[in-house]
Amino acid sequence: MRLAPSRRFVLGAGAALLALPATPARATKADVAAAIRAITGGAPLRPGRVKLDLPLLVENGNAVAMTVGVADPLPAAERVLSLHVFAEGNPLPNVIHAYFGPRSGAPRLATRIRLATSQTIVAVAACADGTFWTDSVELLVTLAACIDDL
Amino acid sequence: MPRPLINVPKKVKRGDAFDIRILIAHPMESGQRRDDKGQPIPREIIHSFLCTYGGEEVFRAEFFPAISANPFLTFSARAVDSGQIVFTWTDDLGATQFDSVEITVE
Repeated sequence: MRLAPSRRFVLGAGAALLALPATPARATKADVAAAIRAITGGAPLRPGRVKLDLPLLVENGNAVAMTVGVADPLPAAERVLSLHVFAEGNPLPNVIHAYFGPRSGAPRLATRIRLATSQTIVAVAACADGTFWTDSVELLVTLAACIDDL
Repeated sequence: MPRPLINVPKKVKRGDAFDIRILIAHPMESGQRRDDKGQPIPREIIHSFLCTYGGEEVFRAEFFPAISANPFLTFSARAVDSGQIVFTWTDDLGATQFDSVEITVE
């Protein structure tokens, strides 16, 4: 029984690694900033009001439970029109855009998202008075999504 | 697209907010992956979702490939009148799935 890998095996494994497709391009902070500008039109972002809930340590990036919302009730003139979530380390910066209609009960949502790597997730809330509020979560992902079949 | 799972309370008090929870089976192929021959797998996701209640909009969302397979969504609606809550999902192939539930407001 041989314990050490053969020279041929090691060379072959190295060649197989090289043949793997390059990792897909990642969104950058600038991409996220551009995506946010498309929502805000350049209006300033203020921290507060909106709360983004994500686990800080993610074991499986294929389905990560996320809750985002504005908890405190706001006067009608300042009501939340929409919530937007962006990922700085995924191949694409956008995650979800959500819009709240006249029959909405509260400006919040929960869903499951994919995370390609450890990164910062940013939420933006757009209010009817033209203000924009933000929150972000920096998290660690141990098993990434998007790249390979699992 | 297959039938979704929808969770809405049967009866709610007028004026109360209530949660709507929905799950639909869909691969949400991100368009970022390659098959075993190295060819890119084309994107095929549900890109939009709409919920209306008595004909008025409750919630509308635009999904991106970062939404997990079998998209699950929770959001909130306000009880106004008994009526129909209608859900619409649209995917990249142009397929549209409708579903609806009745709710009683007392």
